[in-house]
Parts: sequence; C-alpha cells; structure tokens
Amino acid sequence: MEPIDLEHAPRLSAALNERDHILGPENAPLTLVEYGDYECPHCRRAHSVVKALRKAMGKKLRYAFRSFPLSAVHPTAVMAAEGAESAARQGKFWELHDMLFENQDMLGPDAIVVWAQYLNLDMKAFRARIEDGTARAKVREDRASGIRSGVNGTPTMFVNGFRYNGLTEYGELAEYLQSV
Amino acid sequence: MPLLKAGTRAPEFKLNCTPDQKIALSDFIGRPVVLVFYPADWSPVCGDQLGLYNELMPEFGQFDAQVLAISVDLAWSHTAYGKDRKLRFPLLSDAHPHDVSSGYGAFRENEGVCERALFVIDRDGVIRWSYLSPTGVNPGADGILRALEGLDRKAPSRKEAAHGTH
Repeated sequence: MEPIDLEHAPRLSAALNERDHILGPENAPLTLVEYGDYECPHCRRAHSVVKALRKAMGKKLRYAFRSFPLSAVHPTAVMAAEGAESAARQGKFWELHDMLFENQDMLGPDAIVVWAQYLNLDMKAFRARIEDGTARAKVREDRASGIRSGVNGTPTMFVNGFRYNGLTEYGELAEYLQSV
Repeated sequence: MPLLKAGTRAPEFKLNCTPDQKIALSDFIGRPVVLVFYPADWSPVCGDQLGLYNELMPEFGQFDAQVLAISVDLAWSHTAYGKDRKLRFPLLSDAHPHDVSSGYGAFRENEGVCERALFVIDRDGVIRWSYLSPTGVNPGADGILRALEGLDRKAPSRKEAAHGTH
C-alpha cells in the first residue's frame, strides 16, 4: 500500500479519529487528509480540486480536513476555523466549510456570523462553543498534529498517511492518487 | 563542500539584515539558533517555508530559540520581503561572495543560490542538527522542533561541546 517514491516522506502523526471531519467511506482505499486555512487562496483552489476529485473518485476516496490557520498573515483564519468547529457541534461543519471557502473574498468576522445564521445554526450555541474555548482547543489540536506531521504551509495534503509534495492541482493530485 | 554536520562548531558570520544593520551569530550566544538557508525571497506562495516558521514563533519561543534566515538576496530585497510577509525574524544577506552559505555547505554553485538547508545551533554555538531538504521540497518544522527538544533533554551543552573538541 505504501507509495513507492515516498519512503522518506513525512507521515501523518495523528491517525483519523472521531474528532475529525471526514467525508467518504471508512473502507475507501485512498484517504486524503488536508491541513488548510480558510483565508488562504491556495486552499480555496484546493477546495475546488478536492470537490472535483471526490466527485470523480466516489467511494474510492475518503477525505478529511484539519485546520492549520496561518494567523500571522491571515487575521480571520483562526476565527473561521473556530466557526467551522463550532458549526460541527451542530452537524454543519461541511456546510460552513464550503461557505467559508466559496465566499473567501468576503471573509471577515461579520461574514462568518452571517453565514452561520444563513445555515440556521443556533447562534447562542454557536457563539458559546467559540467563547468557551472548545472550538479553539480542536483548532490547536489540529495545528499541533500538523506541525508534528511535517505540514509545510497550506494546503498540505497527506495521502494514506504520507505527505504529498506535488502541486495541489487536479491533474497532479488525480494522477498521484491513481498511482498509489 | 558537504553540509556541516552535528557536532561541528557553527562558523561565525556577520551579515547585513538591513542596508545599514548587521547581525552576527555570536550575538545569540546563550540562546539556541535556528539557521535557515533558503533559495530566494518572493517565492510565489503564502504558506511557504518562512511563512510557516513565522507562524510557529510561539513554538520556537518555548525554547528561547532565535530564527535567522539567510539567502543571497540583497538587504534591500530582504527589507521589502520581510515587511510584505510580516516576518518576525531577521533575513540576512549572504550576497557575493557567498562565504557564509559556502562555509556551511549550503551553497548551490550551479544556480548561485542557497540550498534549502536547516541548522539547529545550541546555546554555545555548536551545530546539533542539520538537514538538507530535497530540491523544491519545503521541509516543514517538525525536524527543527525535535532538534530543539533534544537540546533541552541533553546535559549542559557547554560541557559536551568542550568534550567534543578533545
């Protein structure tokens, strides 16, 4: 199962677990784990790539997203990540995740609240999960596992546990996934 | 010249970080130094190697470590680049004749730029870990953090360094 050309590649230090946000079947032969930042333009492009890959590969691909906000350059990234984590408590992680990436040019503290309202989230609970630090704890957990896994910027992808060093473009990533 | 290895005393240098300011390695005796050689300013991504290290300043700070990044770019470029990317550590200019990167084994002769090479130097100026990243691959930070952890686990490095020279 191991990719032949990646014997020295950094490996995912934390296996997928019940706290992760995962799409696709557990028994899929390919698992793609992304560390990303909602304010990063490259991650927005990767978001489209992943959507297209999931559509094309169907049950062959399982996908998980973990947050790696680059707060030094992206002032709203941490808030966005915490918002997505808080939405997850109401079963709407992927809905807010999609809105954050697909409307990235409008991203800001107010926009996150508006989108959460648009998704009919219980706003009191949504704010509470952010204010009590539970959302932040998960974002920090993701960041820490990312650092230990060799995340080298955003987006960083891991395929079946190994860091993917190629371009996050559809052609390159699809070709790589098919070669594994 | 191959990359300098762990156990070697880190060669002293004094380089411009701005057009009128210089920084020497010996300025940081008493603190661990993370020395980052990188090919060039203005790489076309935001989550690049230096951006990552910038983001991880709190993690490096836990070890009281100072990050110094070196490329062959001129101090004028470094000043603009550091400001643009909001970098919180100095960028040093190893412009012609590239003695510092050459001395560390981190100069790519054919292209005239630095390798993507990392060094962790202990509080006494001895290299404790070095790593040459494959071309075009951003090495991340896990290796650096592991090396910094290693420094703290070891006996006082002054003694070890002295021992190493006998």
